[in-house]
Amino acid sequence: MREPGALVGAWQLLAPKWQMARHRVRKHQPGDLRRSVVVGALGVAFWAAVFVISLKLLRYFRSAEDIGDLLAGKLLSMILLSFMSILLLSNTIAALSNFFLARDLDQLAAAPVKPWALYRARLAETAMHSSWMVALLLLPLIAAFGTAYRGGFVFPLFALLVFVPFLCIPAAAGSAVTLLLVNVFPARRTRDLLSVITALAVCGLVVLFRAARPEQLARPEGFQNFMQFIAALDAPSSPWLPSEWVSDALMNFLQGSASWEPLARLWGTTALLVAIGGSLHARGWARGFSQAQEGASRRTVPGSKQPLLERLLSPLNPTRRQLVLKELRVFARDSTQWSQLVMLAVLLVVYVANVRYLPLSGEGMTALLRNVIPFLNLALAGFVLASIAARFVFPSVSLEGRALWLLRSSPFSMRDLLWAKFWVGAVPLLVLALILVGATNMMLGVRTFVHIVSLAAIVAMVFPLTAMALSYGTFYPQFDSENAAQIPTSFGGLLFMMSGIVLIGAVAYLTGRPAARFLVAEHFGWARDPVTMVLPFVVALVLCIAATVAPLMMARRRLDGLERG
Amino acid sequence: MIEIASLCKRYGSFTAVRSLDLVVSAGELFGFLGPNGAGKTTTMRMIAGILQPTSGSVKIAGHDVRTNPLEAKRALGFIPDRPFIYEKLTGMEFLRFAAGLYGEHGAEVDRRGMELLALFDLDNWRDELVESYSHGMRQKLIIASAFIHRPPVIVVDEPMVGLDPKSAKILKELFREYTKRGHTVMMSTHTLEIAEGMCDRIGIMQRGELVACGTMEQLRGATGNDDALEDIFLRLTGDNVARELVEVLNA
Repeated sequence: MREPGALVGAWQLLAPKWQMARHRVRKHQPGDLRRSVVVGALGVAFWAAVFVISLKLLRYFRSAEDIGDLLAGKLLSMILLSFMSILLLSNTIAALSNFFLARDLDQLAAAPVKPWALYRARLAETAMHSSWMVALLLLPLIAAFGTAYRGGFVFPLFALLVFVPFLCIPAAAGSAVTLLLVNVFPARRTRDLLSVITALAVCGLVVLFRAARPEQLARPEGFQNFMQFIAALDAPSSPWLPSEWVSDALMNFLQGSASWEPLARLWGTTALLVAIGGSLHARGWARGFSQAQEGASRRTVPGSKQPLLERLLSPLNPTRRQLVLKELRVFARDSTQWSQLVMLAVLLVVYVANVRYLPLSGEGMTALLRNVIPFLNLALAGFVLASIAARFVFPSVSLEGRALWLLRSSPFSMRDLLWAKFWVGAVPLLVLALILVGATNMMLGVRTFVHIVSLAAIVAMVFPLTAMALSYGTFYPQFDSENAAQIPTSFGGLLFMMSGIVLIGAVAYLTGRPAARFLVAEHFGWARDPVTMVLPFVVALVLCIAATVAPLMMARRRLDGLERG
Repeated sequence: MIEIASLCKRYGSFTAVRSLDLVVSAGELFGFLGPNGAGKTTTMRMIAGILQPTSGSVKIAGHDVRTNPLEAKRALGFIPDRPFIYEKLTGMEFLRFAAGLYGEHGAEVDRRGMELLALFDLDNWRDELVESYSHGMRQKLIIASAFIHRPPVIVVDEPMVGLDPKSAKILKELFREYTKRGHTVMMSTHTLEIAEGMCDRIGIMQRGELVACGTMEQLRGATGNDDALEDIFLRLTGDNVARELVEVLNA
């Protein structure tokens, strides 16, 4: 049947995505049940933990008269502000992929699809891709608010009414920013575009966090009097931010006062941004999409001179040199990898900035505490490194995918391949680890002893984390996946993260605990024996060496098996 | 029909297509030839509205692709050289989706989809996910999707790659029958025998320019020899291949 003049709508454009999701759910593979149970149990445990901690905190706040509700509202608006900035950034990056780089766009561009329909479909996809994790994180937190304030059965519905526009606003704003950037950049090089997004995101985040001045609230003694503290709590961080409107709407609802005004602002802003985004899309998408395809051509500048990197790697044998160069080039030219680097850069800035603004100079803040914090920081930095290893080292073997025939049929040892992948992963992680821990140590102004122990511990962690990521990636490869960003979300990625956390915990405990005990003893003038630190340090070292060598050996055997298979 | 006027595409300082003028009439099967990187795919992607020309215009069935894109695209079936298909859809679902893009749905689409799948021996695979299809089967599914809405103009980039002999023969007959009914087919190919045997007219591109265009007789007349298309093609696009080959092997 053909309807005269009928054109495809947004729902029809989304239909393949629903159908594919349905097929994925229906199609069971061996091990699916085990994976679902492990992932489900971890998810429930995480939700329960967030819910319980949030509920305890809120009940504690509520017990404080006058300021309890204000503190709860402030906490909510700060969390939402953080989430909103993450959402804005991830939507901007997801929009680049969904609106301009997705492989199914060729078919849609050649079909008579109305711009408005395409815009709505891609906007919905962008919002879904970018927001699902934030939505899942928000769920236990908002449930805790509802429980603590006895929101009743209507509260979940009201929360839904509030959070739908909250998730849509960054999607509409982010995709509009991407559309403008793609149209403005004449050279159309994805990397240029992403570096602009990074710069904007970093500036935006720093401004947002400085506007909120969260450290102020942790130091009530910094205010001249109690009323000033209350006033600071009561004042919105910015009345123009949607996160503030969400916080207002929810807190008003929970306290039984009128919440229609912030709700109207949220929905009104959503409608306005979607209308502006749709209008921009109708005018600029075709041009931007055309330019986006031109970006792939003529990236490199030909020259007779040997590149610096090749000269630096010249001491290596030719096979290893070529493998390392291949790894670096493929990584540098893959826009999906770059977009993740953008996220990473922003998170690192936030991480270091948070340490910078820790309230460490007030009353009661001793030199001892400043020198013990680096050992807590060690575990956090280790977790950051494990996440980065999961994102960039874990997919490394999977990404060989369709080129595996070349490796299988070539006369070189899989040891060389692993060697190249290991060092290409480990060296940047090492630099990052030194910056993370070194910079935060310097900001805290720690003693040389603490500096040396924490740096040595984080350096020791880098190698086993890289080796484990590589090994788990070899045992749980996803050769068919074309998007490197999706590979770590697999079952193997989850197992790596769990093992990585165990290792980080063990090393942080084995190094941090004796060092901290030594510092405490020294501080209070108790008897101290530096020799007691030697055994745990040696155990940590042995553990790190074993966790580096064993996974690499196993990965090599596995790859040799693949070669024969 | 397809009308191309002064079409030009530049990527920075590189010109991929240089002032191309071409008319492919209704009922004509036009073969588009040229060495790798000559600008064939860029031209076809501009015709399909995927790439925007730097200058010039493209009209499909009288509709300008730039100023009236929806009407122009409604008249077009485009088969790209490296097509993307949703891996997790079944063949039939993909055809329904493709028809839906042109505002067609219902029992008629299902019937036509089944006919096209049967034509290419894919009827037993209609409910299998595309991820289980071979390269040739995917190619056949893509070709079927371009015919599902019966467009007056088909633009197809390298259609024969990966097809088994039977499917290649079916496709040739399908193109011939289609043009006999007054529709237009523009096809790029590197298989010169196919172009010579099938096409009403042939255009040869070289470095972004149409260096020759006409029937086989006209091309022979232009080169002054009673050659096969392969000889004409090599003469127009550079016939020093053999010399270079010897030099490379001796190096």
